[in-house]
Amino acid sequence: MITVESLTRTYPSTGSGRRGGFTAVDDVTFTARPGRVTGFLGPNGAGKSTTMRIMVGLTPATSGSALIDGVRFVDLTNPGHEVGVLLDASAQHAGRTGREILTIAQRTMGLPKGRVDEMLDLVSLTPLEAGRRVRNYSLGMRQRLGIAAALIGDPRVLILDEPANGLDPAGIRWMRDLLRDFAQRGGTVLLSSHLLHEIEVIADDIVVIGHGRIVAQGTKAELLAGAGTLVRTPDAEVLGQALAAAGVSCSAVDGGLRTDATPDLVGRVALGAGVPLTELRSGDGAGLEDMFLELTSDTQREGAAA
Amino acid sequence: MTATTVQPTTLPTTAAPRERRAVPPIGMGRIVGVELRKMFDTRAGFWMLMSIAILSVLATGAAILFAPDADIDFQLFASAIGIPMSIILPMIAILSVTGEYTQRTGLTTYTMIPRRGRTIAAKAISAVLVGVVSMFVALVVGALGNVVGSAIAGVDTTWNVSVSEFAGIVLAQVLGMTVGFMLGVLLRSSAAAIVAYFVYSLVLPSLLMLLAGAQSWFADLQPWVDFNYASSRLYDGTMTGEYWAQLGTSSVVWLVAPLAVGLALVMRSEVK
Repeated sequence: MITVESLTRTYPSTGSGRRGGFTAVDDVTFTARPGRVTGFLGPNGAGKSTTMRIMVGLTPATSGSALIDGVRFVDLTNPGHEVGVLLDASAQHAGRTGREILTIAQRTMGLPKGRVDEMLDLVSLTPLEAGRRVRNYSLGMRQRLGIAAALIGDPRVLILDEPANGLDPAGIRWMRDLLRDFAQRGGTVLLSSHLLHEIEVIADDIVVIGHGRIVAQGTKAELLAGAGTLVRTPDAEVLGQALAAAGVSCSAVDGGLRTDATPDLVGRVALGAGVPLTELRSGDGAGLEDMFLELTSDTQREGAAA
Repeated sequence: MTATTVQPTTLPTTAAPRERRAVPPIGMGRIVGVELRKMFDTRAGFWMLMSIAILSVLATGAAILFAPDADIDFQLFASAIGIPMSIILPMIAILSVTGEYTQRTGLTTYTMIPRRGRTIAAKAISAVLVGVVSMFVALVVGALGNVVGSAIAGVDTTWNVSVSEFAGIVLAQVLGMTVGFMLGVLLRSSAAAIVAYFVYSLVLPSLLMLLAGAQSWFADLQPWVDFNYASSRLYDGTMTGEYWAQLGTSSVVWLVAPLAVGLALVMRSEVK
């Protein structure tokens, strides 16, 4: 379990090359629970990576706390056995081989030698690939290597920053199954992404962050529910009037309408008005997507800590 | 935008949370072992290590070829090999620290071992170990050069480097490495630290010498504050109590104080 409480990180205005008095993480509070995959969603520069760096002690917090099962990460004696971390798959010495990078982790954590091959096998890196230097790796291969390094200590908590970046669709599916399995065995997974879809397919719980603040959080089902109804019809105008007459406000989206009413009510209104429908469904994720687009639309910012 | 927080009602947890289990701590010996490995597991690191042996042999060869026959003695080989050593060893020390930042491996290293001081201490120990072992390699190469060189020149083989003199040379080389290490910790950038090392070891001595020549007050002060000057006496094997004291005071200025600042920065700084 990861417990983040009132976490804040500000950068002083005197910082070299940094924007004056910038708050990268602003009073962030959330919990990632065992047995579940928690998605940390936000546009680039929203404060996801800074929050994660604070969790693992790479960046000091200005105030607030981040605890792993009630313990600060920096107080863990051998954190690799408890928390698997992947912050940036490219942050590796380009001149080391994949196998060497895992061997360093294996030796540091005091694990049996066989773990290196087990992990290479788990992330489907062939012995030939493992013997190549990381400078020749694609981003997808680096992500696989990074996930192998995160899992090598058999931790019960995973903290992964944008792990799906650079993976092909098959790779994303593989990772989804891997993380799902990890959570089902009682593990805690926190992963970040700037892509709503990625989070939607993997996460059980979603925490949305924008400009350093939490803007929404809850289970995926809860966040996606209450997202209203999407209805498509050739007679959008007629249906719009009928809905208005029934006291339901709606807005036009391309080729259809979106309303806050339930699909059931919209269907009845359409039936009453005699309007043929080509599509009628709950607007899954539409509310979340709107919120997310709103967040990303005003990210004209430079020099923000990613 | 208002925060729409949905309070989770029921959580369909599929498994019991995994319990904390006993975890073996990370011993210092293991960290030193890993840091030694990291010094030489890249192509650059490997050739850096090889160059210690290669340059020792080249320097010995050059001494045999170019030195006048009468000058061939152990002292000659000691100083011939000492020059490349005094450049490579500090580079090894610098890169062992700055690589964590320039190559961004610190993200992984400091996540596996959150107490950064332990990693830095392990790097310091590794650097000293590499320095001392390298000096013994150099000793063997130099001794062979002395035997071969004197045989070629047809002169008696002269062993005029005593154990205490050798110890002084090893100490001087290790101090040079420590300066490199300090610059690495202080600057945390490979390029900056390497440039700084050359400024420190090549430019600074001449500047201080000029200053001492121009200003008599500094001429008296120099031995106490010029670390290069103070440590160069280690090579002569003429250390006196006063010289040791001067080595101590000058090292406070050029080594201990900046190292303390650098360590404080390493502990606090953000690792990105």
